Amino acid sequence: MRSFILGAMMTAGLTLAAHADTIKPAIVYDLGGKFDKSFNEGVFHGAEAFQKSSGVEFRDFEIQNDAQREQALRRFAKDGFSPILAVGFSQASAVEKVAKEFPDTKFTIIDMVVDAPNVQSVVFKEQEGSFLVGLLAAKASKSGKVGFVGGMDIPLIRRFACGYVQGAKYANAKAEVLQNMTGTTGAAWNDPVKGAELAKSQIDRGADVVYHAAGGTGVGVLRAAADAGKLGIGVDSNQNGMHPGKVLTSMLKRVDNATIASFQAAKDGTWKAGITVLGLKENGVGWALDDNNKALITADMKSAVDAATADIASGKIVVHDYMSDSKCPD
Amino acid sequence: MSAPIELPKWADVSLVPILAVIVAFLIAGLVVLGIGESPVKATVLLIKGALGSGEGIGYTLYYATNFIFTGLAVAIAFHAGLFNIGGEGQATMGGLGAALVCLRLDFLPWYIVLPLAIMGAMAMGALWAFIPGYLQVKRGSHVVITTIMFNFLAATLVVYLLVNVIGKPGSMSPETRVFEASAHLPYLHEAFAFFGMTIPKSPLNLSFILALLASVFVWILVWHTRLGYAIRTVGHSPTAATYAGISIGRITMITMAMSGALAGLLAVNEILGVQGRLLLEFSSGYGFIGIAVALMGRAHPVGIILASILFGMLYQGGTELSFEMPRVTRDMIVAISGLVILFAGALDGLIRRPVAGVFARLLKKGA
Repeated sequence: MRSFILGAMMTAGLTLAAHADTIKPAIVYDLGGKFDKSFNEGVFHGAEAFQKSSGVEFRDFEIQNDAQREQALRRFAKDGFSPILAVGFSQASAVEKVAKEFPDTKFTIIDMVVDAPNVQSVVFKEQEGSFLVGLLAAKASKSGKVGFVGGMDIPLIRRFACGYVQGAKYANAKAEVLQNMTGTTGAAWNDPVKGAELAKSQIDRGADVVYHAAGGTGVGVLRAAADAGKLGIGVDSNQNGMHPGKVLTSMLKRVDNATIASFQAAKDGTWKAGITVLGLKENGVGWALDDNNKALITADMKSAVDAATADIASGKIVVHDYMSDSKCPD
Repeated sequence: MSAPIELPKWADVSLVPILAVIVAFLIAGLVVLGIGESPVKATVLLIKGALGSGEGIGYTLYYATNFIFTGLAVAIAFHAGLFNIGGEGQATMGGLGAALVCLRLDFLPWYIVLPLAIMGAMAMGALWAFIPGYLQVKRGSHVVITTIMFNFLAATLVVYLLVNVIGKPGSMSPETRVFEASAHLPYLHEAFAFFGMTIPKSPLNLSFILALLASVFVWILVWHTRLGYAIRTVGHSPTAATYAGISIGRITMITMAMSGALAGLLAVNEILGVQGRLLLEFSSGYGFIGIAVALMGRAHPVGIILASILFGMLYQGGTELSFEMPRVTRDMIVAISGLVILFAGALDGLIRRPVAGVFARLLKKGA
């Protein structure tokens, strides 16, 4: 018996080692960089978790300008890395080009669709997660006014805003949503001072729950809401712990899971090209409930959001996607 | 106390900058040592990455192309005593100019589209620098303030247009559609292939030739034309210029427009050459590095080309370095470039004084 277990362990060890040789994952981050406290960092954490659980090492690269996207992808592909994970929608054209040059290399791109036989595209239904936090915001609000602070004014962030508005109106048809975008350049992702100012002005106008989809800028939004004794809502990763009791919840976008799933599939030999859409149903988006915000979520809110989750997953509620027609229903 | 800073010309244009770079590298080496990597190995990797392969050289020269354009833009303004720090905005507007031509006309053959697109880039860049020039002349608002403010205006305008007007519908990132092949400036490897020669693939394109032509143009303009003479006179002594009957206002506006046109040419490299579409922030700081390039190159085209190649090496070699040594992050590469800028630009006197001292002593001995 003992030798059997030993044997089994050895085989397991051997196969692990063999697999570890067969995949060499690599990551190319977007301009925001590895430690952006948000999107890119989520990928990094996912990759780290994968490394811990599987023992497979990964390499990563932070680009400095647009020309380096292609250069980094090509460099990794040339060195035999696969799968190569490209983070962010801006990598699309680079992935498209390099994937063609290296047809045997697996590429995964997050947040964008690239149609090629060796590219896996992972996109998220941010509108669904935003719908849920919008619903919670409207339920938690006493004034009937809730706020939204976006980062850079681009279609993707309008998609967040649109889902949020729909969720708020679903919970309270008379709810008013105050919206601001921080800016129009990349700097808008990392301007906590301006984020705080926008949140303050929304609070002055009566909002008592403020949701941000603004990367590093959101740090200021959550702080301003907490300082004013109001509630903030985090985004991408679970930000409830930043101001315990002052963050109503966080809209989760599980890029970490997507990263692990892609690497794991490559390791198991089940990696497939094509589009993966991660919505509520697939656990790709969601809302965060933990010890920090347990007291803020009443039983009524919980049941309402659970019902909405089920309805969205089953297709009974269809959350309009801003990016499908560049419009948001009122 | 201080030694007179007078040097033979060759020492001024070559010895001092080279020493500055060496000092900067020594200090950067300490930083590399600080994170526990070998500075010698890092330097070897950096130089090998930049010049060790055909592809590396291609990338180095591709970056250098951008720096030549922005460096020339800053330099020509220097000669008229103007400090144009709006290269970023002018390049962004240049991109818009080129893109508008391409989006409208890229069904036409290349020999019509490309010249028009290049002119579009120059015209929009020129406009974006001319306005601050005009404001300085007519309203007394200093170009240093207005050009930097115009950087933000350009970014805002282009974002607005990309999001609401000329962007590709349904696209996640604010960018235009990809232009047709006729609006693509050939890569150098494509151009060489046309003549039956093979060189490694890189983003280096015909803009590099354009950059060299622009350098020659600036050299002729500044040192061999009446306009160039007027520009330099205004730069050296505005009162003398007025006395000589040169209109300072006119020269200011003309120089700013030319400076902006040169910065706008950056878009030819990035938009027409490499990206094939208009996207946000393609100028990624080249406009600002151009200031360092112009300072280091002593505002002379030859110096600018050399300084541009140096910065191109830093960019490309730095990229390779962070591939080979994952502990050297991209921020560290920025720090190294920063040190070069610091020593070559701001702390120029630090090196020039001792060098001048040595020369003075040598001359005394010789006498």
